[in-house]
Amino acid sequence: MSEGLCTLTTIENNPVEQFLRTDRLPHIWCSGCGIGTTVNCFAQALIDSKAEINKTVVVSGIGCTGRVAGHVLLDSFHTTHGRAIPFATGMKLANPSLNVVVYSGDGDLFAIGGNHIMHAARRNIDLKVICVNNFTYAMTGGQTAPTTPLGANTSTASYGNYDEPFNIPHLMDAVGAVYVARWTTFHVKQLERSMTELLKKKGFGFIEILSPCPVLFQRRNKLGDSVETMKFYKQHCKIKNGAPTSEVGILPGEDITIGTFVNRERPDYIAQMRRHLSGQLGEKFVNEGVPACCA
Amino acid sequence: MQADPKGVLTGTHFMDGDHACCEGALAAGARFAAGYPITPSTEVVERFATRIPTVGGTFIQMEDELAASIAIAGAAWAGVKAFTVTSGPGFSLMMEHIGYAAMTETPAVFVNVQRGGPSTGLPTLPAQSDMMQARWGSHGDYEVIAVCPSSPQECFDLTIKAFNLAEEYRTPVMVMMDEVVGHMTERVVIPPAEEIEITPRRHTHKPPEEFRLFDTGPDLVPEMVYAGEGYKFHVTGVTHDERGYPVITPQAQDRLVRRICEKIRIAADKITMIEEADTEDADVVVVSYGITSRVAQRAIDLAKERGAKVGKLRLLTAWPFPDKEIARLAAKVKALVVPEINLGQMVREVERAAGGRCKVIPVSHAGGSVHRPETILEVILGAAR
Repeated sequence: MSEGLCTLTTIENNPVEQFLRTDRLPHIWCSGCGIGTTVNCFAQALIDSKAEINKTVVVSGIGCTGRVAGHVLLDSFHTTHGRAIPFATGMKLANPSLNVVVYSGDGDLFAIGGNHIMHAARRNIDLKVICVNNFTYAMTGGQTAPTTPLGANTSTASYGNYDEPFNIPHLMDAVGAVYVARWTTFHVKQLERSMTELLKKKGFGFIEILSPCPVLFQRRNKLGDSVETMKFYKQHCKIKNGAPTSEVGILPGEDITIGTFVNRERPDYIAQMRRHLSGQLGEKFVNEGVPACCA
Repeated sequence: MQADPKGVLTGTHFMDGDHACCEGALAAGARFAAGYPITPSTEVVERFATRIPTVGGTFIQMEDELAASIAIAGAAWAGVKAFTVTSGPGFSLMMEHIGYAAMTETPAVFVNVQRGGPSTGLPTLPAQSDMMQARWGSHGDYEVIAVCPSSPQECFDLTIKAFNLAEEYRTPVMVMMDEVVGHMTERVVIPPAEEIEITPRRHTHKPPEEFRLFDTGPDLVPEMVYAGEGYKFHVTGVTHDERGYPVITPQAQDRLVRRICEKIRIAADKITMIEEADTEDADVVVVSYGITSRVAQRAIDLAKERGAKVGKLRLLTAWPFPDKEIARLAAKVKALVVPEINLGQMVREVERAAGGRCKVIPVSHAGGSVHRPETILEVILGAAR
């Protein structure tokens, strides 16, 4: 080979490999699924945010995205359906030094877990919530989710969906999240940066990630394969940081607004609790912060 | 190890069962509670919410019982002893996480101050009708431990015991109180901290590279680690192997579920607590638990005054069920009389353990009050004849 034509750089390991349970590969996700892309971005964000890895915990619910906890090489908890948020709440309050990430799907977080996410945001529990939205219940075979767009075909809406979906960023904004963003699995650089911001942000932060489910949503709705979906995201997603969340609902046939919509400050639950109780109780207030067993 | 004196309110108190239960939890080292208001159990967490800021720990009132019952699992894996408290419909909602705690071997205490059911039932009145739900309420095969206090003093003592058992066997433990025990006020003696024996968490001494989350020794109970210690472990409610990784096979299912049942079954004799009196030459033995054992005692005393040979067997633990003790008594008495505030729950266990060797006579009513002693007395005298 002649010199100068190309220079090959080799690296020993993929930089994100250190965050994966390689002894559990292959993972369970279908080819073309976007969840793996989000995990890749998350791993990069762990590096970029200089997160303290031993103190970082991933908590998932049930579903395809719920399996993220089983694939990341961190302390990780695969909980019950819809209950990742209250599990994470108990964990964070018991040991505030932990950096607790909730990683789950749209059905898990907004249908069965809808009550919990609302209250955790209201309380401003210091949790970093990553929601992969594939618009369907994929693990169980493609049923209608609280995010399924009107008119879309699902296995429980074979004549098309007439069940009004949530505008998720608007909901999270309304109940008090301090950070609300929406990206897609096409916008990986923006997503990495947003996840880095999320990991550094104190309080209840939330990112919605639109992702293809080629097997159960795209195919059923004749939306092509994942490559087609990437082209769609590229063409039809308009970045509008700071957009009013009331205007970012996903409507059939219309462009999708993505970006960082909310980034604000509000004292988190533990800060509020400590300030209030020390004000009320003075020296009698015992604030150990980290449980004795873990100190 | 000895109790942490910060949580121990040493002294002689005049206290109701709900408050005594809270003091038991604090003495046992509980530093996290999550709850949701429901009569007649709310006083337990009301007291905890007031006490814990000066002891060191956290109370959070969650949005529902589903949330409360899994928040304690999160706290437990963060390294803290944790519990939740409920009644009636709240106990139904917690079933999912009793199963999760059993499957993930999370030490956690669930207090149920029983009230009349089904559904909303009798919010302010007693029952003992959740005894089978405590045993079988979550789906799948598992074993549990349940204690049944009959006085405020026992609400204190047996709550400590419940926490110790939860740590020893890494399993959900239920404190099965009832509305009357929860709301009755009596003398409660809280000993000095150094006299209270506490079971510490089974934390491993192994470094991460040698540690597997569900490896066990002959007692079949694994050691534990906490989030944030660098072990990078994985916990799942899915059937899993010794590493904690999901394995969806019949072999993995049998291996795991058999072990989480066996770890309790092989220790049943050690866990079981009963109180027995006057059974040596008894014709009839009254088997009872919780508040009903107090009423039964009056009936036994009255029966003795009338010359009947009556003994008592009181269950301090309902689960595991004391099969051997019942079988032993069944072989020598005419009848076992089983009063309980339900339409026949633990009496079925007594029948099973008695195995046809004597008569087993239920004395049941559907809830809302305790028995009249005379009702039990009549059955005892009839059985003794």
